[in-house]
Amino acid sequence: MSTTTIPEKPAAEAPSVGGNLRGYIERVRGGDMGALPAVFGLIVLCTAFSILRPVFLSSINFANLFTQGAAITVIAMGLVFVLLLGEIDLSAGFTSGVCAAVLAVTLTNHGQPWYIAVAAAILAGVVIGTLLGSLVAKVGIPSFVVTLAAFLAFQGLLLVLVNEGTNIAIRDQTIIAIENKNLPPALGWGLYIVSVAVYAVVQIVRARRRAGRGLTVDPVTVIAFRVGVIALLGGFAVYALNLERSRNALLVSLKGVPIVVPIVLVLLVFWTFVLRRTAFGRHIYAVGGNAEASRRAGIRVDRIRISAFVICSGMASIGGIIAASQASSVDPNTGGSDVLLFAVGAAVIGGTSLFGGKGRMLDALLGGAVVAVINNGMGLMGYSASVKYIVTGSVLLLAAGVDALSRKRAAASGLR
Amino acid sequence: MPSQPVLEIRGLDKSFGPVQVLHDVAFTAYTGEVTALVGDNGAGKSTLVKCLGGTYSIDAGEYFFDGKPVQVASPREAADLGIEIVYQDLALCDNLDIVQNMFLGREKKSGLVLDEATMEEMAAKTLDSLSVRTVKSIRQLVSSLSGGQRQTVAIAKAVLWNSKVVILDEPTAALGVAQTAQVLELVRRLADNGLGVILISHNMNDVFAVSDRIAALYLGRMAAQVKTSDVTHSQVVELITSGRSGELGLQKVNGVTA
Ligand SMILES: Nc1ncnc2c1ncn2[C@@H]1O[C@H](COP(=O)(O)OP(=O)(O)O)[C@@H](O)[C@H]1O
Ligand SMILES: [Mg+2]
Repeated sequence: MSTTTIPEKPAAEAPSVGGNLRGYIERVRGGDMGALPAVFGLIVLCTAFSILRPVFLSSINFANLFTQGAAITVIAMGLVFVLLLGEIDLSAGFTSGVCAAVLAVTLTNHGQPWYIAVAAAILAGVVIGTLLGSLVAKVGIPSFVVTLAAFLAFQGLLLVLVNEGTNIAIRDQTIIAIENKNLPPALGWGLYIVSVAVYAVVQIVRARRRAGRGLTVDPVTVIAFRVGVIALLGGFAVYALNLERSRNALLVSLKGVPIVVPIVLVLLVFWTFVLRRTAFGRHIYAVGGNAEASRRAGIRVDRIRISAFVICSGMASIGGIIAASQASSVDPNTGGSDVLLFAVGAAVIGGTSLFGGKGRMLDALLGGAVVAVINNGMGLMGYSASVKYIVTGSVLLLAAGVDALSRKRAAASGLR
Repeated sequence: MPSQPVLEIRGLDKSFGPVQVLHDVAFTAYTGEVTALVGDNGAGKSTLVKCLGGTYSIDAGEYFFDGKPVQVASPREAADLGIEIVYQDLALCDNLDIVQNMFLGREKKSGLVLDEATMEEMAAKTLDSLSVRTVKSIRQLVSSLSGGQRQTVAIAKAVLWNSKVVILDEPTAALGVAQTAQVLELVRRLADNGLGVILISHNMNDVFAVSDRIAALYLGRMAAQVKTSDVTHSQVVELITSGRSGELGLQKVNGVTA
């Protein structure tokens, strides 16, 4: 073909701050709200609770938010994978319970070291995920039915593991430490500085590389803004968590970032990387968006489906370990009652679609924060469990409604 | 440039169980030309194309690619030869952007990590070579594209892989007038860029607008394959509806001399 000067490359949309902002507003208008509802909800809830109950803002309550929300958030992260495919795992709560029981039995009844117990619990999660995934992908039973059956069956399995209702205490100090011990304040700051620096360097290096190849790059201001927000929020959190929160600091000092926080952040970064930077992650989105197109493109759709369930159950097992650490014990209710609902709620409130194809790891964290704040704040207000359930159920419904409506809106505005 | 046959098929039979859908079909596509494949609903166009693309196995017949006899047992093998099919229902993911769709299932990687920069460059180059200027950004989600733009992406996806033959199954069926013109222009450009193009279409205007040759299927038989410049609209319509037109076409249909 003759190379008569082509006036402009299709890729060349001049990158500018204004353009970025306009693009964002357009997306929101078109029905892609992203993290907006969750962030907005967090601000409103936190403001309301701090006015109604000033103790909400105390350093001890701030730390509680993290330890109370951790297990749900981790389970929600796993659920995002299944939701991205347009599937559901209703058994994730009891999967976490069963895996917690495996942990407790291995630790307490068999006297094994913590790492063997953790490995056993995660292995149990992987086996469960493989089973659920195969039933969905290979046999072709709808995931709703498979995991509803598993919901009941795992409840029974959990009872068997804890001998029909006893409570297995956990005394292993490493497991207990996850939810009950903190990083030394200096280490907290050290990790914070390293993380922010690494994030900034990664952003800058990527931009440099792209610019070097003549590709569009986010403007420096946008990159600086992103790094700035992370630095500010992280700095505030580390500062607040490093405040003394013991009632009697002379007797026993209680301060520092709870150990579970870096664990959750590592999981967040790892899975975000998998979803956004690997072919496997790309294929998860593709299968969720159009399974037939993915099959024609040579993607092994069955394998993707099974892997998503394995990741979901595997993350549920980690959630179970965190829950066991928090309660220092495992009983027939571990992972039961509201855990699944809260986890699904967290993912959806954060912006993950129930229709598949849309969602991020960060959604689980943001949504998990909303759920934790509601639970914690309502508890401080003295409301009973009944009111909490009703409110959280309504919030889940609201989030699902926003999801469905934004989808409709996207259809109307030609997006989708 | 004298056109070379790039893809040729002879004596192709294809049955689904007891039903024989294609009978002794001969068909040739040429480098740098658009060959239109026409025929009534149920004539066997999609089936023929799926046989060419390796989706269906053939019962009998010879398959030549670049002059050499080949066996095409799967879509992968067809793709390895350089045959790409743009399906009637576009196989695109709405929730992915243009680049992501173009490389779906064949992502470029450096180590474990996706090589976004290379994919973006290659996608931009391909769209450039097709003189596509209708999309604002190649990082746009496919859900935000119009029907014509989607068709463009599907076609660009097919030519990205140094393909030699691109088969398009009714690419303009769902499009309006302006977008049809755009896509037809693109189809023409593919051939001008040296590809062998096979265009399935119902629309005589489209066929006469872009094709160099016309192959007419009638009830699973190849009625005629002719140069577009040698026939008129009404002759082609006759070939489609009755399998013959004067001297052209099947002289015996269903064993009865017409
Ligand atoms: N998978 C199949 N099984 C059985 N019959 C089929 C199958 N696919 C197509 N056919 C039949 O083959 C004939 C040709 O179909 P098709 O190739 O789709 O026609 P066209 O694309 O020209 O409209 C039709 O009669 C159709 O019913
Ligand atoms: Mg057809």
